[in-house]
Amino acid sequence: MAFLQLEGLSKRYGTIDAVVATHLAVEKGEFVSLLGPSGCGKTTTLQMIAGFVEVSDGRIVLDGRDITHAKPSSRGLGVVFQSYALFPHMTVADNVAFGLRMRKVPAADIQRRIKTVLDLVRLAQHAKRYPRELSGGQRQRVALARALVIEPPVLLLDEPLSNLDANLREEMQFEIRRIQREVGITTLMVTHDQAEALSISDRVVVMQAGRITQIDEPYKLYEHPRTQFISGFVGKANMLPGDLDGQGCAQVRQVPGDGTLVLSLRPEKIDLVAAGSGRLQGKVITRYFLGSQWLYRIETAIGELTVVRRNDGAAPMEEGTAVGMDWQAGLLRVLDADEVHS
Amino acid sequence: MSLISEMRRGGQGYLLSAPALIMFTCLLLVPLALTLILSFNVFDYEVGVKSDSYTLANYGEVLTDSYFYEIFLRTFWISALVTLLCVVIGVPEAYILSRMGTPWRSIFLILILTPLLISVVVRAFGWSLLLGADGLINQGIQALGGQPIKMLYTPFAVIIALVHVMLPFMIIPVWTSLQKLDPAAEQAALSLGATQAKVMRLVVLPQIMPGMLSGTLIVFGLSASSFAIPGLLGGRRLKMVATVVYDQYLSELNWPMGATIAVALLLVNLLVMLSWNRMVEGRYKKTLGE
Repeated sequence: MAFLQLEGLSKRYGTIDAVVATHLAVEKGEFVSLLGPSGCGKTTTLQMIAGFVEVSDGRIVLDGRDITHAKPSSRGLGVVFQSYALFPHMTVADNVAFGLRMRKVPAADIQRRIKTVLDLVRLAQHAKRYPRELSGGQRQRVALARALVIEPPVLLLDEPLSNLDANLREEMQFEIRRIQREVGITTLMVTHDQAEALSISDRVVVMQAGRITQIDEPYKLYEHPRTQFISGFVGKANMLPGDLDGQGCAQVRQVPGDGTLVLSLRPEKIDLVAAGSGRLQGKVITRYFLGSQWLYRIETAIGELTVVRRNDGAAPMEEGTAVGMDWQAGLLRVLDADEVHS
Repeated sequence: MSLISEMRRGGQGYLLSAPALIMFTCLLLVPLALTLILSFNVFDYEVGVKSDSYTLANYGEVLTDSYFYEIFLRTFWISALVTLLCVVIGVPEAYILSRMGTPWRSIFLILILTPLLISVVVRAFGWSLLLGADGLINQGIQALGGQPIKMLYTPFAVIIALVHVMLPFMIIPVWTSLQKLDPAAEQAALSLGATQAKVMRLVVLPQIMPGMLSGTLIVFGLSASSFAIPGLLGGRRLKMVATVVYDQYLSELNWPMGATIAVALLLVNLLVMLSWNRMVEGRYKKTLGE
């Protein structure tokens, strides 16, 4: 049996199904992300695990113990909130000590454990400060330290990085991953940012309209998205009409309206070749400079395609240029139709 | 920004704030100054106020006469008790209010505010109908076979009516500071193992201290200088400072003495409120930084 197990977990608000019969098994020490657009039920799922939202149906089992109806205070889980939810009237050290004091840990132990955890999140020199005197990233670390110091069996992160600016967010992603590895704590993170989910999780759970639609390792999820929605939500994707050839391999059909299947092809998997050669012909309509990459929008007979090319220092394609496109047939993915709609 | 600094330089600011300044001067500063001067005037029962002779005798009398001590003491213990009761009732009420769902919160907020639309005098009469010797409550007690209780013209009547009038002034500032609270902070405390009672005591209460402080200052200040309620529900015997001032002016016609008591009330009130403000604010200012 897995360390944390959700068995048919459901939440209904009146007639609205927020979460529908969710099954999930998280192994000890694993970092799992719940990924989905807003309103997909990922935060509700996390809140049910934390105990802030009552479960309508199903069970939550933690380390063999049924905690479905346990009070939040008796679950002992570490929770990091989107707003950090620090206590503004307490110093960093008091914030961190709060959970230990509630557990009646002896004062000497408290001091030692505060020091250890503040060293872990690299905030030891700010112990005497108040939250309002800290930057966003530092507050985030305090929230992490406060959740970790009680040595919870599971760490729950609710959109932990969404209030940070882009540069800091990336830095904190790696920081969270480092701390999680160092402590070896089982972690469940809710996020709507696919890049964040892909970069730091062991496994990603995609949710849509209250249901889990795919659970996979980040690389597999990106390379083998199951449905059209996932393909478009996780990374960029070109959706092409196609069917299967004689050997059962996917192929793109170039006559509009032809092709019974929807195929996905990632923008970086398309090679740009001289006009007239390759599998598909088109014309560059616009190009965007992304720093390390050029992004081209190319008009073709089967619709507009997105192509990403590495910025290797060579002159980029001019807008209006005719180009050919080529790819390895094995990189085409057949997508299922979406069974749920958000 | 530039507009404001330009106005500052041209002195236009004074021109724009002149109506308010004139009103403030005419309606507050001048009467206060006149009252202060009056309090030093000599009073003679034969001829009335002697506006050309000055004395400190009025203040001497207020400071030495035990009658005034009793009245000041009564005024301040009643005000302090009213303030305490408003905290005890108003803070939980504001907390519950802030936790209500969308339609109910506005409905109950309006319910809390509606008493302010009714004149204090009308409400005081309402209480005297309830608490009087043959009022509704005593009729009920007698119907059940009990002895009627004297409630009207006791501190009990004054306190209960003052709490009723002052409650909105406690609820509104507390409610405002509750609005600033992050609800996730309470969830965080719960997840860290705090009981509901500890969440209230360690997380919610310290954060609404500023609101409670303003609430207590408003309630205490208004109670200590309240006139209609002690006048109507305290009767002739149970006097508070404001009713004594009224008596001095209109029954004794001793205006200088009335002015002296009024100035003394203002000073003592200021002293109590300022020291209370200092004491409480000093404790949270450092931590909340407001």
